[in-house]
Parts: sequence; structure tokens; C-alpha cells
Amino acid sequence: MKRVILHCDLNNFYASVECLYNPELRQKPVAVCGSVEDRHGIVLAKNELAKKYNVKTGETVWEAKGKCPGLVTVKANHPLYYKFSKYARQIYEYYTDRVESFGLDECWLDVSESTLLFGDGVKIANEIRERIKRELGVTVSIGVSYNKIFAKLGSDMKKPDAVTVITEDNFKEKIWGLPVEALLYVGNSTKRRLNNLAVFTIGDLANCHPEFLVKQLGKWGYTLWSFANGYDTGSVAKNNCEMAIKSIGNSLTTPRDLINNEDVRILIYVLSESVGERLRSHNLKGRTVQISLKDPELQTLERQGKLDFHTFITSEIAQKAYEIFLKSWDWSQNIRALGVRVTDLVEADTCTQMSLFLDDAKRQKLEMIDECVDRVRERFGHYSVKRGILLQDEKLNADPAHENVVFPVGYSRRK
Amino acid sequence: MGKVFVDAIVKFTKEGNKIPLEIVWDDGRKFQVDRVLDITKAASLKAGGRGIRYKCRVRGKEIYLFFDDEKWFVETENR
Repeated sequence: MKRVILHCDLNNFYASVECLYNPELRQKPVAVCGSVEDRHGIVLAKNELAKKYNVKTGETVWEAKGKCPGLVTVKANHPLYYKFSKYARQIYEYYTDRVESFGLDECWLDVSESTLLFGDGVKIANEIRERIKRELGVTVSIGVSYNKIFAKLGSDMKKPDAVTVITEDNFKEKIWGLPVEALLYVGNSTKRRLNNLAVFTIGDLANCHPEFLVKQLGKWGYTLWSFANGYDTGSVAKNNCEMAIKSIGNSLTTPRDLINNEDVRILIYVLSESVGERLRSHNLKGRTVQISLKDPELQTLERQGKLDFHTFITSEIAQKAYEIFLKSWDWSQNIRALGVRVTDLVEADTCTQMSLFLDDAKRQKLEMIDECVDRVRERFGHYSVKRGILLQDEKLNADPAHENVVFPVGYSRRK
Repeated sequence: MGKVFVDAIVKFTKEGNKIPLEIVWDDGRKFQVDRVLDITKAASLKAGGRGIRYKCRVRGKEIYLFFDDEKWFVETENR
């Protein structure tokens, strides 16, 4: 039996929420932006009026104002958007427990088993659309299809406040004409490679020989081919399904460029504290430390290294990260953003190999200290305890674990 | 503005419901809620917000009183 999959995409999400709460904004072009002072001054979302001036998500505030001098910029209020996302999810969960989020503003719903109760996919989609409008005062575009890929392409087609159906009978007509980069997971690099093979539309991709695509792109070539033909069988994850965590990391764009090793060391400790805290809270230890470095031209470099033992000790993670950094950066450029990630995770309680050489008691002490700091922070706040190294530049201090911000997926995949 | 935040005296029932009994306007005037006519989740474009909307009869007039998970506000005509 064919599945019934919905993809719900809240229109211009952040901007719509701001326009709901501030009626005086509604007749003006509006862009919700990150903080310019903290160097996150880019457009995160814009309303329909701003779109008319060609304001684009991801461009800087000054670029946007250049196109639209009357643009009203509003500072992002992430806790509010997070709340709204949960309200929308509550509506979705009325119809099914198979709700998979894709960022704050998008969700897939598998309503195959709900149609007996609520009617067919289109009926459910329209009901959701009306409820979102009535109960939340924002609008949603919904794609209805028999797989996740087509449902997502469908929701992109009519905006705002609309339902689009993609069936086995109409998908060639509706989808195959779209540019290949419209397909989920086709980013700039894959697009270029496909274009070089004279594959420009999803239809071109669908009509390739799968073996040819595998030769050119590897296994992924086959996956993309099956997406283009509507063969995707990817399931919509049930809610409350804790996906096994594969890695834990944090990254930060710093308020000022990092210009020397000491700067970097401070920030590595800030990030490692956050990563360590999160590892401990999930009862996980990791063995591989990865760092990512971004220069002012926004070029990114990633390097990793392995520890002797699985760990969640902040200082061990930080020391390894710093060691990797020293080997990887020549300071031909300053650093604008830095990330630390730990992978290769195991449950903290699993037996870890006792070494003949390492002082295990000392490590246990370090674990206890970290856990103690976690408790203090839980009670008195993150900034109640800080590392001595931060006294050198308090402005670099941050709490990425709790001040974490989820950008709309559209932002990270902007073209 | 089309939105006025109010103090509210609310009865919490043992079934887990909230029933507004009285609201206090921002100028201090108290208004008793004669009757709650309808309760539904709704957004108010006029007021610029959303929440649980209580349609209430207050001194013979029908008003919309909202609870937005934190505060109570009344949707008004005046801007």
C-alpha cells in the first residue's frame, strides 16, 4: 500500500512570527536578522514584502538594506520561535505520532495509518493548514505525496498557505522539470558534478542509467537516482525516537577574530567545556576529537585526531583539540569561527581499557572535578564557575550548550 | 494597541481547567466575568498574539480574553 507523507513548511517562519506579534510590521518589508554586533548580522528570514525586493536569506544586513532601503530589521528571538515550533508540532501530533522535524520550521508527517480516522492526505493537509492559521496566526505550505522527497518538493511549490499534491501520475510533469539542485541533498558540489555530466533537471537525473551515476558519484548516485524516480523509501522517524548520537560538537563565530594561539586556546576550552558537559549529560565518552576552523573569507578547515582512551574530561578534549590545531594552522589568516567535536562514542559505563602507563586515579579525579563543575553550574548558572584561562579575555566566554541556536534548515542550505 | 495585558483572577478546577473569574484593567478597574461562552485555541491578528481564547461575557458585552501560556490579555478594537 502506498504511503501518505506530508511535508509541512511554515512560511517565512521567523518573519511570520514577528509579524504576528507586531501588527505594525505587517505592511512593511521585514527581515529577521542575527546580531550585527556579535558578527552574526545576516538575514535569517524575510516576509513576502521583503522578498519582492529580492532580499535573500543568508545575505548580510547591509546587502539586504542596499536592495531594500525601507527594510525593517528585527533581532531574532530564538526562544519564541522554538516555542512556536513546538505549538506547530502539537498540531501535527494530533494526526500522527510519526512526525520528523527538519529544523524548526519543517516537518515530515507519515499519515498512512491515520487516513481511516481523519480522511485522505489532502483532507488532513488542509485541516492542518487551517488550524495553523487559526490557532497560531502563521501560514504553512504542505506537500502531499507517497515519499519524503516528493512531499518536500511539493511544499516548495506553492507559497504561502497552500497544499500541493504529487502523485505517481503527475510527478513527471511537476517534478522532472525542476533544476537538479532543488532535490534534497544536492548541494553546490553535487550540482556542479551533475551539470558537468549534462544533468540539469531532476528529469535528466531520473533518466540516467543508475550504474552510470554510481560510477560518477558512488553509492550516493544511486540514491539520488531513486529519489528522482520517486523510489525513496526513507521512513519518517517516530517522535520521541532518540536517534543514536554519533557525535557531539559545538562551534562558535567569535565576536572578534582570533589572532594568536592564546586566543584559540581560550576558545577551545570554552567549546570543550560545552562538549564535555553534553557528553557527561548523555553518559557518553568519545575517542576522536575533530576541530573546524573558519577564516575571515569563510573557508573552512577540518582536522581530527585520536585519543588514547575514550573520555568526557574537558581538559583532555581541549588539550587534544589544541594539539591538532597547532599542527594545522599556519596563521596566514586570522580565525573567525572555531568548532570542537567528539566522535567515536561509547557509553561511559562500558569498561575502558586500563593502561599500565596512565595514572588512572588522576583521570578519575579529573572526571570528578568536571562532574562537580557541572553540578555547580546547574544550580548557579554557567558563568558561576569559569576557567582561569578566561581571565585573559572574558569577552570570549560563552555557553554554547545552552545558548545553542537552531537555524532554519533553509539558512544552511541557501543557494 | 489591540492588545491589553490584564491581571486575572482565575479558578483552577480539579479537572485541570482554568476559568477566568475577574479581570483587572490597566487603569485599575475590575470587571467580573459573567460567563465563559467558549474556549478554543486561537491566534489574534488584531491583538498580535496567540493562546487559549476565552470568549467571555463581561457587563453584557462579549470580549475575547487570551491566555498565552504566560499572561492574560484582552483583544481590543483600539490601536
